[in-house]
Formats: sequence, structure tokens, C-alpha cells
Amino acid sequence: MTEAKKELEKVKKEIIVTGNEKPQVGVYVCHCGVNIGGVVSVPDLVEYAATLPDVAVAREYKFFCSDTGQNIIKEDIQSGLINRVVVAACSPRMHEPTFRLVCKEAGLNQFLFEQANIREHSTWVHMKDPEGAYEAAKDLIKMSVAKARELKPLEVKTVSIEPACLIIGGGIAGMNSALDLATEGYKVYLVEKTPTIGGHMAQLDKTFPTMDCSACILTPRMVDVARNENIELLTYSEVVEVTGYVGNFEATIMKKPHYVDQEACTGCGVCVDYCPVVIGNEFDLDLATRKAIYIPFPQAVPGKYTIDMDHCIKCGICAREDVCEPDAIRYDEEPEYIKVKVGTIIIATGWDLYDPTELKQYGYGRYPNVIDGLQMERLLSSTGPLDGKPARPSDLKAPHSIAFLQCVGSRNFREGGNKYCSRVCCMYATKQARQYKEKHPDADVYIFYMDVRAFGKGYEEFYESATKNYGINYIRGRVAEVREGEDHSIIIRAEDTLLQEPMELKVDMFVLSCGLESRSDAGEVASLVRVQRSADGFFMEAHPKLRPVDTLTEGIFIAGVAQGPKDIPDSVAQAKGAASSAATLMAKGEVEMEPFFAVVRPDRCIGCGMCVENCAYGAIELIDDTRFGKIASINQALCKGCGACSGNCRCSAIDIFGFTGEQIFSIIMEGEL
Amino acid sequence: MSKVEMQSEKSEKKKEWEPKIIAFLCNWCSYAGADLAGVSRIQYPSNIRIVRVPCSGRINPYFIIKSLLRGWDGVVVSGCHPGDCHYVSGNLVARRRFAILQDLLNLFGIEPDRVTFMWSSASEGDRFANLIKKVTKNIKRLGPNKKFESTW
Repeated sequence: MTEAKKELEKVKKEIIVTGNEKPQVGVYVCHCGVNIGGVVSVPDLVEYAATLPDVAVAREYKFFCSDTGQNIIKEDIQSGLINRVVVAACSPRMHEPTFRLVCKEAGLNQFLFEQANIREHSTWVHMKDPEGAYEAAKDLIKMSVAKARELKPLEVKTVSIEPACLIIGGGIAGMNSALDLATEGYKVYLVEKTPTIGGHMAQLDKTFPTMDCSACILTPRMVDVARNENIELLTYSEVVEVTGYVGNFEATIMKKPHYVDQEACTGCGVCVDYCPVVIGNEFDLDLATRKAIYIPFPQAVPGKYTIDMDHCIKCGICAREDVCEPDAIRYDEEPEYIKVKVGTIIIATGWDLYDPTELKQYGYGRYPNVIDGLQMERLLSSTGPLDGKPARPSDLKAPHSIAFLQCVGSRNFREGGNKYCSRVCCMYATKQARQYKEKHPDADVYIFYMDVRAFGKGYEEFYESATKNYGINYIRGRVAEVREGEDHSIIIRAEDTLLQEPMELKVDMFVLSCGLESRSDAGEVASLVRVQRSADGFFMEAHPKLRPVDTLTEGIFIAGVAQGPKDIPDSVAQAKGAASSAATLMAKGEVEMEPFFAVVRPDRCIGCGMCVENCAYGAIELIDDTRFGKIASINQALCKGCGACSGNCRCSAIDIFGFTGEQIFSIIMEGEL
Repeated sequence: MSKVEMQSEKSEKKKEWEPKIIAFLCNWCSYAGADLAGVSRIQYPSNIRIVRVPCSGRINPYFIIKSLLRGWDGVVVSGCHPGDCHYVSGNLVARRRFAILQDLLNLFGIEPDRVTFMWSSASEGDRFANLIKKVTKNIKRLGPNKKFESTW
């Protein structure tokens, strides 16, 4: 194969195509294994394609995306047989870049390529109707050839990239991305909504399967982030607007008022002793209290105080000279808006815990001794409200028996339920059960499960040990309902599906292993940066296997649970992947943009200004032309090629490169009849 | 001639008639959604022919009229959901334009149901398939588009 490559290199020459000569289209119909070839007859499609006007050659191959397949196309270009390429295969969203490169390498302008999507749009969706699929594939090829005939060579536009990254979310994923990029020398703006970085991981006690303490591995990283001179840490801040495009995004960030001067505050904490307002502490999931002036937890970074204005009664005590010696209290502080220019964006906004209140049969919110998994974590935590001596909420006595229920808010195919597996609950319940048994070996611990999914490195061994060495009882079956017995005990009615008999169990405490959900404000973030979300609400990757950290919007990446439920090792791995992808893009210094922008035909334009009104980017203005009078003029640096101007032009005076009126008309006229 | 008469006359002429529908899908939401339907192997009627465009805002009403003149039995334009447009507001511009077009079609004597404007996101493969099923059913009910046969 290298021989063949060398041979190609030798004969490689630039094929000059002006767009005025007679089009000679090469049609390449791919079998894609059995994906296409197994549904429709590829030889028949090739035979059909060869009859289409201006088609110089039509060929078939098992996989045109393979090296051999690519060379078939290259050879036809090199031999001067064709000057337009149509590949009938998968979606252009999959392999358009591959085949454009083929053209480029063979010396043909890469925009003289068109892809007919006969896999996703025909053979896969009409598998049970092969005749219909064949007709659809024929038409799609015909329409692509029609467009190919009208293709003109285009020059790629390169724009410089700002060597800076905006990371939204300061949990374990966002922090790892930030540290990697900062170490590589890029400027990082790490925006965190809450007053501290650390995210949900800061709430955890120990982490499975190694049982290392979460704080011991997390807090040093938090300090690293705060100390790194390339990272500008923007806590208690929110991104409110993002404009621009890959390489040149501009983000507006709102720094919410702390009502405490962050420079002046020394974090001494005297104000907390004096603050008269006592409310539930969200960090401890309301299992403990905090004051209206607070830091979320003692190891928070930055360790400066914030006043919760929703609860502050403005009594003025904290502002007293004898209370706040550094004189840091600012009741009249206003939000501050800053603008930053970045080349890339990483979304690492994390997750919300599923709220089990609506599952009334489990009594959450009704019975004090029914708690969720994250509350259990706080009860077990040595930095938690009970200093690591877990007790049940009703009487603060250590429970003699605990039951866990798995898949709460996950794997639910009923209307409105989360269909996905949350991937962490089996392991965190097992971990919590083991931790409790370590503290109280005599306690009875039960786990009601559907399946135990112990898939990660060391997980199966961890689970095995929980049953063998710790005597944790795993009961396969769903809990039907629970009710409260005497002394706030919980009586569980369930079915043991292995023994196939109903059962009733009385325990002192009942823990719901709730799943992970996309954040309640994920929709707002998606609109802000214009990325897609999957049906489950998490951010959508560009390709589930090959581009798992990219989004469909170039220059924007996703990391951690924002993309879908995952445990800490996977979140960190993905965060590093996202950082690496962002760095790969920025390291080049410039990015190639598709030259699909609007162009004005001055002889047609009447200067009505409709396009100016419709342009979302302010890329069009009316100018006075010496020959044509008042006409529209496009600033190509601002134009994104959406075509809103062209769609509205009553004179058809604006065209969009890559999707010209002629090309679309050609498709319309050829496709039918 | 009323719609019903036209329909019955045409269905007598040709029993095996299958409509052909041209669908302009925006690259970022609907085209990706159609791809997802493919990847998920969701089956829908094979009457649709998909054309990729950058944004629903790109679609000049002229393209739709031209399609109908050419004899396509139906036209679909699909974009991102309102508020989710990759290009900020292209889909909203398109929505306004097509509201007016519907009135114009009526004036031409073309059944407005031949032209469908819809939203479907990149994650809504099943929604896309369902909408296509519905559109195909609608066009089948209307029968072949022979209004401009003489101009072909």
C-alpha cells in the first residue's frame, strides 16, 4: 500500500477546475459492508448512476472510506477522468471530512465533493421496505449528482484562534480540564455558579472501589486550580451571553455580588458567630444548618464569605466594626459584568440528583428515616453534620438495620421516567453499605436491586467482597411500597424475584439510591452556547464513539456528567479528553472555516435592506456603489453562512456558497420525475 | 373541482401511486435528527428525499414553489426548535416567511397541506420519523400534485 501511495505522490498534480468546463462526475456507491449492500443492490445503483447526465464513471466498493476505497477515487481524479466527486454512502456528518481530504490529496478542490446519504436516510430507515429504499437511494444519488454538477471550487478561509478556553462548571471535570489546559500554557477562565469549586465530589465521603477519601484527592486539586496563574477563577459567576464562533468566542460573565469584599475578607468567620439567621445548609442537603453569611464548607476555594441575600435580614450586625474587623461587608454590592475572548469552550456543568419526592410509594419527604443517597453520603462523611457517625434523622441513633433501594429515578421506561442507567448507584450503595458495616458490624444491611452493574476496573471485586466479607444482603426485587412502623421504623413491602415470593422487612432507615439527572438549567446553557442535547437532557456529543467530547458546534466541547452519567474516573478521563481536544484545536493557531458565506450579486440587488434586518450577526450593511447605487454588502468575517438573508431576498440577489440557489434548483429539478 | 373529486379521480387512474416528498432539513438539528433515526433504525415511509441546507432560514419560498411546480407531491422544511437555532434566529425568520407562504399557496389553488413546516432537534429521531409518517399520510390523502403538469 505504501508503494501505491508513493506512486500517487509522484503523479500528484493540481487539477485546475474553474467551474466553467463540462462537469465530469464520478459516482462511488459504497456497500458499507451489509449496511447498504444488504438492503439494496449496489450494482444496480451503479448501473443507474452511470446513465445520469455528466456522469463520467460510476463504481462500487465494500468500503470507500478505507485506504483502498479512497485510492480508487484518487486514481480517477489523478487520471483526469473526473472533476466532481459524489460518494453515495453514510451521512456527510460522518465522512464528509474524509472524502474532502481525498479530493484535496488528489489535487482536486475539496468543495467539488458531494455526499449522497443513502445509509442513514435510506437503507437504515427503510430496511423493511427494500424496494422503497432502492427508489430513495436512486433519487438521492440523482439529486447529489445534480448538485455536484453545479459545484464551484471554493477557497477555505482561515481564522486565528484565541489561545484561551472558557470552562463552564468547576466540578472535578471542569477543574481537570482547566489544569491540563493551563499547564499547556493556555489561558483558562473557569466559571463556577456556586461560591466554591469542587462540585458534587466535595460532598462525597469516600470513593469506590479504592475507598480513598474524596476530600483528600479533591481539595489539593482545588488549591492547584486557585494557585495556577493561567487560570482565572470566577466563582459565584454565570455565563450570560456567548457570541462569535470557533477561535473567536466572546463570553459575557456575570459575577454575582457576594456582598462581602472578596479582597478584604480574611475568612476569619467571626461574622458567622454573630449572624442571627439560621437556615438549611444545601451542601449537607438540609441535614445541617448554616447562617445567612457563610462559606459552603470549610475547605471551600476560595475560602471567602458570601451573604445569601434571599435570607439575609440586613440587621447589620456582621457589618459592625467589632465583628468584621477588615470592614469587608458591602450590602449594596452590584453584579459585575466582564467580557472575555476565548478560542474554545468546555461545558462541564455536571448533574442534579433525581428528586424522589414524586415517587410517593417510597415515602421520601414524608417519613424522616427515608433519605436519598447523597444525604447518606453526608451522614457517613467525617466532615458531615454528624462527624462521620451516621445516625437516622428521627432520633439521631445509629440504625440497627438499613435497606437501600436501587434504580430510583433510573431505568424507568414509564412515561416521564429516566430510561438510562445512572451508572454510579450500584457502586455507591455498595460502598455506603460497606462503610456502614465497617462502623457497625452487627447491623443488618439490605440492598434491593434490579441488576448489579459492577462494570469498572476493580468494581466486580468490590461488589464480590461486599457480599462475601461484609455480609451485605442483596435482594433482587423492586420495592412496592413502604410505610412507617412504630418508632419511625420503615416497613418495606417487596417481592424477592429470585425466590418468587412477596416479603416484608422492617428496617430502621431506608436509603433511596437516586440516579443522576441533567441539570435543571441545562436547557439554558444549551441555548446560550447553541449546542444540542440528547433526549435524556444531557449534552449531545458529535459522535457517540469517535467524537465523544466534541459537540456539533465547532470549538465547543463537553466533559463529565454534563454529557451523561459517569463515575469519577470516567469524568476525569473525559475532562482530560476535552482539554486535549481543545488544545489540539488551539495549538494550530488558526482554524480552517468552511467558506460557506453569503455573496451579493450587485446587478440584482435593489438595496431594500430586508437582509440587513434578518442578519443575526450584523454582517450586512447597505453601501453606495458607484455603478449599482445602494446595494447590500457582506462582511465575510462576520457571516456564518446561515442564509437567512438569501431566504428572504425577493430579488434572489444573495447566494450562499456551498448551498447556492442554482445548486438547490438543480436538486429540485432533477430529483423528481 | 373539489379536492375530494380530484383525489378520487386520481386514485382511480393509478392505484400504485406513491408520493414523492422533498424535505429541506437544517444541518444542525433536523438533518442530525434524521441521521439519528437512521442510526436507531427507526423505520418510516420511503417517500421522503432529504436535502441538506445550513438552516431553515436558507429556504427561500421560491424553492418551495419551484418544487411544487416541478411536480413534487409535498415539501417539508424542518429546522431547530424555536430558541435552539444554531444561527440564533434563522428558524424564526423562516417561520414568519412560511406563515405568509401558506396564504399564498391557497391563492394559487395549491392545498396548503402539501407544504409542512416543522421543528425537530438532533436528539429527536423518533419525533422526526413520526412527523414524516404524518406528512406522508397527509400527502397520500391529497393525491398526486398535477396542478402544473402542463409546465413540466
